[in-house]
Amino acid sequence: MTPIENADFGVLAAFAAMAVATYAMRAGGFWMMQHVPPSARLRKMLNALPGSVIVAAVLPIVVRDGVTAVLAIGAAVAAMLLTRRDIIAVVAGMAIAIAARAAGW
Amino acid sequence: MRSLSRERAFTPVFDGLGGRGPIAVAAPVKLTSKIANASMQTDSENQSPPWTLAGFNLGMRLALPVLPAMTAFGLAVGATAARKGFSFVENLVMNVFVYAGMSQLVAMEAWPERVTLGAMAALAVLMITVNARMLLMSAALYPWLASSSPWRIYPTLHVLADPSWIIAMRYRANGGSDAGILLGSSVLLAVAWIAATCVGHVAGTMVADPRRYGIDLVMPIFFAAMLIPLWRGARPAVAWIVAGVVAVTVHQLVGGWWFIVAGAIAGSVVGGLLDDAD
Repeated sequence: MTPIENADFGVLAAFAAMAVATYAMRAGGFWMMQHVPPSARLRKMLNALPGSVIVAAVLPIVVRDGVTAVLAIGAAVAAMLLTRRDIIAVVAGMAIAIAARAAGW
Repeated sequence: MRSLSRERAFTPVFDGLGGRGPIAVAAPVKLTSKIANASMQTDSENQSPPWTLAGFNLGMRLALPVLPAMTAFGLAVGATAARKGFSFVENLVMNVFVYAGMSQLVAMEAWPERVTLGAMAALAVLMITVNARMLLMSAALYPWLASSSPWRIYPTLHVLADPSWIIAMRYRANGGSDAGILLGSSVLLAVAWIAATCVGHVAGTMVADPRRYGIDLVMPIFFAAMLIPLWRGARPAVAWIVAGVVAVTVHQLVGGWWFIVAGAIAGSVVGGLLDDAD
């Protein structure tokens, strides 16, 4: 293993830039909202965000990955509909994903 | 607010952990009685939400279903760091201070030969493109947490992760107000992440091929399942459809990582334009 004291200054400086940029995203949205006048429309926009973020993050992966992702995510959604337990949904989806990959899809 | 009764009817019991749903409802009720102005429902924009220990514990429990996924992904990121020549300490520093797995993978793939000021700027821009969705995520927390102390909010936001955000938004959509849920789920996942990336760095190439075990699909699977409790009928889902279409289009045409934030903004705008009548 690499010695514990081995941490390159340039690498740490790069991490600092990455950390600042990432924290600016994490905190920036909340901070900006303090300067936006609240409105009914804004509230509706924010309410639509969780589902929109999920679909926007997942759907391109499904399209790219094809059959395996469709089967795995279909199984997870079906399990969630039937049982309402997220752990069962995750297990069902993963089981299908591993099986589908093993089958070579 | 308008459709709260309908929402409650749709999910009468917040089923965070199977079969033990009533605990999820009971915890905020029990604890808010201690805090005079805490309201269980909706608009507490003028009231400070409670941050309770019971909420923290509940948040940790609600995050348990994602823990295997988070651990598996963390192992893969730690192993990648080792393979790319980052030391144990460097890997640890990156995961504690950056803590954004997907963007770290992208950054390590594009790592510069020498770290110049230009390279630092390029890495920062890379992090912004991959993590821009977090701007929207933290904005969505504002109506709930606006009146909390900045000393609580801003440290909490550093450990905000996609799954803990989804868990907290789902809890909120079902009428909860205890901000401890957000902190508890975020902290548990962050600790698991850091531990997993350290183990992954040591274990190295043992976890070389995450695709084989479907690890790359774990987060999409969890997120997709989370759509079910967020479902509020066909009309609000129009926003989701637009989000999906825009994201796929941007992904195909532009590539890179803008597709998430582009789709999310499109869905959010449509959600804002949809009228409430239902």
